[in-house]
Order: sequence, then structure tokens, then C-alpha cells
Amino acid sequence: MKKHTLGLITALVAGALNTAHADTLKMECANSSTGKAYCDYIKARFEKETNNKLEFVQLPPASDEKLGLFQQIFAAKDSKAVDVFQADTVWLGVLDKHLLDLTDKVKDLQPQFFQSAWNNDVVNGKVKAIPAFLDAGAMYYRKDLLEKYGEQPPKTWEELTRIAAKIQKGERAAGKKNFWGFVFQGKAYEGMTCDALEWIASYNGGTFVDKDGKITVNNPQAAKALNMAASWIDTISPKGALGYMEEESRAVFQNGDAAFMRNWPYAYVLAQDPTSPVKGKVGVIPVPKGGENGQHAATLGGWQWAVSAYTQHPDAAIQLIRILTDAESQKMQFKTLGVAPSRLDVYQDPEVMASAPYLAEFKDVFATAVPRPAVETKSQFPKVSKAVYNAAYDVLSGRSTGEKAVADLESKLKRIKGREWK
Amino acid sequence: MNHHSESLPSKETASKANQQSEALPQKKKCSLQQRRSRAAWILVAPALVLLASVAGWPLLRTLFYSFTDAALDTPDLYNMVGFDNYLAWADGESIGVLADPLWWKAVLNTLWFTGVSVSFELFFGMLLALLMNQKFRGQGVVRAAILVPWAIPTIVTAKMWGWMFHDQYGVINDLLTRMGVIHSPLAWIAEPNLSMWAVVIADVWKTVPFMALMLLAALQMIPSDLYEAARVDGATAWQRFTRITIPLIMPAMIVALIFRVMDALRVFDLIYVLTSNSEATISISGYAREQLVSYQQMGSGSAASVLVFMMVAGIAACFLYLGRYNDEGKENK
Repeated sequence: MKKHTLGLITALVAGALNTAHADTLKMECANSSTGKAYCDYIKARFEKETNNKLEFVQLPPASDEKLGLFQQIFAAKDSKAVDVFQADTVWLGVLDKHLLDLTDKVKDLQPQFFQSAWNNDVVNGKVKAIPAFLDAGAMYYRKDLLEKYGEQPPKTWEELTRIAAKIQKGERAAGKKNFWGFVFQGKAYEGMTCDALEWIASYNGGTFVDKDGKITVNNPQAAKALNMAASWIDTISPKGALGYMEEESRAVFQNGDAAFMRNWPYAYVLAQDPTSPVKGKVGVIPVPKGGENGQHAATLGGWQWAVSAYTQHPDAAIQLIRILTDAESQKMQFKTLGVAPSRLDVYQDPEVMASAPYLAEFKDVFATAVPRPAVETKSQFPKVSKAVYNAAYDVLSGRSTGEKAVADLESKLKRIKGREWK
Repeated sequence: MNHHSESLPSKETASKANQQSEALPQKKKCSLQQRRSRAAWILVAPALVLLASVAGWPLLRTLFYSFTDAALDTPDLYNMVGFDNYLAWADGESIGVLADPLWWKAVLNTLWFTGVSVSFELFFGMLLALLMNQKFRGQGVVRAAILVPWAIPTIVTAKMWGWMFHDQYGVINDLLTRMGVIHSPLAWIAEPNLSMWAVVIADVWKTVPFMALMLLAALQMIPSDLYEAARVDGATAWQRFTRITIPLIMPAMIVALIFRVMDALRVFDLIYVLTSNSEATISISGYAREQLVSYQQMGSGSAASVLVFMMVAGIAACFLYLGRYNDEGKENK
């Protein structure tokens, strides 16, 4: 306690004198042994390179709980709680006014990063955060089963549907009564918004709301995509998929009871675990296109380093951000935490690629990743997302059709938007 | 917890006496009755202060915020907006919580859930209580064992039942298929209609023990000679149950029902974890949380919370009135 006050006084005095001084920064640190190892590495570098001090704060692991906590911290304009923290991909619009503008200090870093991820962190032309690591939807498949039935990995949803049905029929005839062709996240929650965005964007049906904030969801391609997804339920996907989140769908796939699975990169390492029944049989491909004229679209996820607007040490915080996001740190981050780097140059690193050849497969997925319209819809994004996943859920559970759902969704989004997104 | 103070007839007189005695100090000697009631007030004062600070203050703040347009992350920036969060007309459209069809859907869901689950709990709780009231060996073990579901935190219960209801690997579908009740596995937690029943089943499993113990305590208070006398008079078992048991355990039953109904009206975690989370199964607490936490709208979130509070308080008041009516009925006989 005493040491702390002393440090604070020194910091204040030093701040007043505005000379070379030592600030104490508070950074969020993941609450695990691997997280601790990464944080200690950052601390050592930061303290050596800048003569400042670094302390860690631990926060709850679940994204929505964390958001609630940050909002309380920001509501109190608390400058002592945390200076540098990680923000979820879809928080940028919601937290915009509480984030420090980094534009002039980090502009030079832009070419080093995946463009889609970087652009997602630009709000109203200002850079508000820097990608820490990436997440994007990917399609997992069973290599052995595709071989067994003489099929190639599917390029389009139509192919996937056909192959999944064929494998399901064959496996069930062979006595696996509970075998399914395809599992995904169909519960009404944020994950369903991610899945629905992939279906609709892959059919060139847009991203619900375009870059200018215009509501674009009411189009025949979007309706077609939702109808296609509804046709899977009870044919190649279990009815229970309407209650699945990531882990429930992984349970089915990893038990060897599904041919295809849509999930995030985290599932790869787990599916290849020595104890996994499908170890060595798992392949990854980009999320399929919607028909021959469609495109590969994976929903962008991941976390970004951001600085609280209420920090008392903006310069030190930016120094820390620059350290956090350089190639060396990202390599270390990958080694300790196993999350996918957001910098392009790390994917050229021979050491990284040797330890994780599957990253090469994900790189193409990240390059085409589509962000959810969180920046455009600003603080209304949670409402937008909720409207989207409820609409998708209604189509998949047979309580609405694709055409009706996108029309209803359009009017709902218009009501949420009012005159302008705010 | 209110019913104690409600049923104290001396409450008003006591406070009047209190005021009088403060207004007229030492003029005439306080009666013993007055002194005793003053001592009683002094003794409960700490509890009252505590309640006012941990329950009263947040409630008042919630009420205050329900008339503002504050956001969760900027609670100090607000405008007073009157009843806009509850019900108002703007641009020819009605706005506010009460104009939101989703709110009414949530009210219906919650009332359905409360009615169905509390009825089942009363029925099974009564059966269990009557069973445990019989003398048999291992009574103590049964009573302890029966408490296990009640001791498990709701969130754990929800996750546990979630896996039991799992469409592919759940034990429930497995059992039903083996018994030949169903041919293909049911998606218990994915389909809105089924998932409400899944929530009811989990809730009944968890809270029947509570009901059973409350009723058992009441059953044990009934003197056995009443039953013997009834037997001598030739009353059947059914008559003994309806004429002796039910009237005598009624007060305890009312209290247990109040507890359960109030709990059920506030249901949140079970539905949040166990169902598809779609608008088809949202409860009023879920609605309030969504407004407040997901949408950052402190105003409408507070308004919804106030409405939840009013609903729960209103229904509790009805029960208390019923209970009192029962007591008076007995006194008049």
C-alpha cells in the first residue's frame, strides 16, 4: 500500500515536472498460467525499453461480462482501474467514446496487419484499437470420410449439402444411427449472428447493414441463404443444432458423429488433441461459397488492444500498445496462448509455421474475413445482432420463411436505427 | 418476509403511540404497552435501517432512473423523460416497455412458467411430504437425500440438465427411446415449445424438496389424536386429508407458495442457460436484463425492473390477503 502511494506521488510529481519519468500502467492480463507467462514477457520488455512500470488487472473471461464491467469502469470515468485492455471485435462501436484516439501514433503500423481486421478498428475515420489476435469462421471436415466416399472438400454450400447427405446416409446404413452431415451454431445468440452473416454474405447478400449504415438485408440472396440453412435442419443437421453453441457442436463433431462442422480456429487444436476420437482425421477449409457466383465469407472475430480514454499516461500506454502488437510479441503470444496472429509478417516466420502448419490454412480464411456491422451501427449493435439472430432462428425453426424474415428484419432494423445510427 | 409485519395488528397503534410519546414527553407516564412498543421499535431499528439501505435505496434509484434516458456507461448524463420508458405516444407511435410486444410475450411466458411449475411443485411436494411423514426406517437419510437438488446452485442445475436434455448424447432421450416412448431423439432445448417444458422439469426437480420440507414441517405439527378421533367417527382417508390435513397446513402452504411464486416470477438463469435464448422463451427478468445490459438503456431497463417488482409485489399482496382471509375465517367460526 505504502509503496503504491509512493509510486503514485512520484508519478504525479514527475507528471507535473514533465521530465523523463516513470509511469505505472495497468494492463489487462488473461487469467491463466499461459496468460501469465505472456504478460510477464511483456512486462519485462516494457519496463526495460521504456523505464515505466507495468501492473496487471484480472478480468472475467466471458465477453459479455467483461463488457458490463468495462461499462461500469467507464461510467465512473475511472482512470485507475485499467489503462490498456483487450476489446472484442464488436465493442468498438459501443465503447467508441471511451477509447483513446490512436490515429496519429499508430498509423504507420497499418500495412503490417490484415486489412479487414485493421479496418474494423477504425471508427469514424479514427483508429481506436489494434488487432491483438484473429478469429474467423472456418469449415472443419473429416478427411477420412471424404476419402471413403470418394469426395473432394466442397467449394460451395450446395456441394457441402450434397456430400453431407451422402456421408450421413452411408454412415447411418453402416449402423451409426446418430450420425449427422453438418453441425453449426444455431442457438439464438451472438454466435448465430456470425453463422448467419457467413451464409448471407457468401450468397452476395451483404452484411445486414452496409458500410454507409444503409440497411441492406431485405434482398432475395439473403432470403435464399436463410432458406438454405433452414433446409439443413432435420435433414443433414440435427434439430438440436437450434440449441447449439460452439462447444455443443464441437462435442458432436469431435465424438465422430458429424462429417462437417462450422466453428472458430480454437476447435482445431482440441480436435487434434491426443485424446480426441477424430485425431488426425480433421481438415480445415474456408467457409463455402453461396453457389458458383458466390464468395468465401468468414465472420471476423478476435480481440483488439485498446487504451482507455481516461488514462493518465497516454504516451506510455501507446508505447505499450506498440510493444504488444509488434511481430516479436505476436510470436510469443502465439507460442504461449496458441491464438492466431493478426500481423501478416508472423505468417512468414519459419519457426511459427513449422510449429503450426495449419495456420497457413487459416491465413486464407482471415484474409477474406467479413466483420459484423458493429462499427456502422455504433451503440445499437447489440440490438441489431439480437434482431438478426432472432430472425435467423425463426427461419431455421420453421416459424418464418427466408423472404418474410428478411422483410421483417428490415423493418425491425429501421425502427432500431431511427433517423441515424447513434 | 413481509407477512410478519403485515400480520402485526399493533403496528399502527405502536407508531401512533410512539409519536404521541415523543410529542408529549414526561407529561404523563407512558403505559407499559407504550414503553414495550417503543422498546420493540428500538430493537428492530437496526434491521429496518439495514433493509432501507440495501433494499430501499436501490429500489428508489431504480424508480428514479426509470424516468430518465440514461445509458449504462454514462449514468450521470440523463434527461428526465417522464413516462416515456413505460408508455407514451411519440410521432403517432406508442413507445415504452408497455408498448413493446416482446414485453407482453415475456409476461405471458413468465406467468405460464410460474403457474405450471408451481402447480407441479405443490403436487409433488405434497406427495413427498406425506410420504416422509410416515414412520419408516431410514427416514433421516431420505430427508437428507431429498435436499440435494435444493442445495445445488441453479446455474449448475441448468448446465447439468442442459447436458441431460442434449439431443444427441442426453440421458433423457436415451431413456425415452429405450422405453419406446419416442422413435427419434427430441431436441429438448432447441425447440421453443419443448424447451419451456425442459425449464419446468428442471425447476420442479430443484424446488420440490423445498416445498416438501415446508409442508412436512406443517404436517408434523398436527396432533395425531385428531386423526384418531376422525377414524372413530368413520371418516375415510380422503376425508381425513381434506378436512383435517389441508386446513391445518394451509398457513404453511400459503407461505411456501408465496416463496415459490415470487421466485418463479423472477426466473432468469434457468431460461437463460437452458433454452435457445430466442424471444420465444424470454422471461420478464431476462427482458429487463436485456434492456439494461445488452442495450445499455438504463431507463427502459429500470422501467422493466420496476414493472417486475410491481408484479411480484402485487401477486405477493394477493397471497397475503388470501392468507389473512383464511385466518379470519377461522376466527369467525
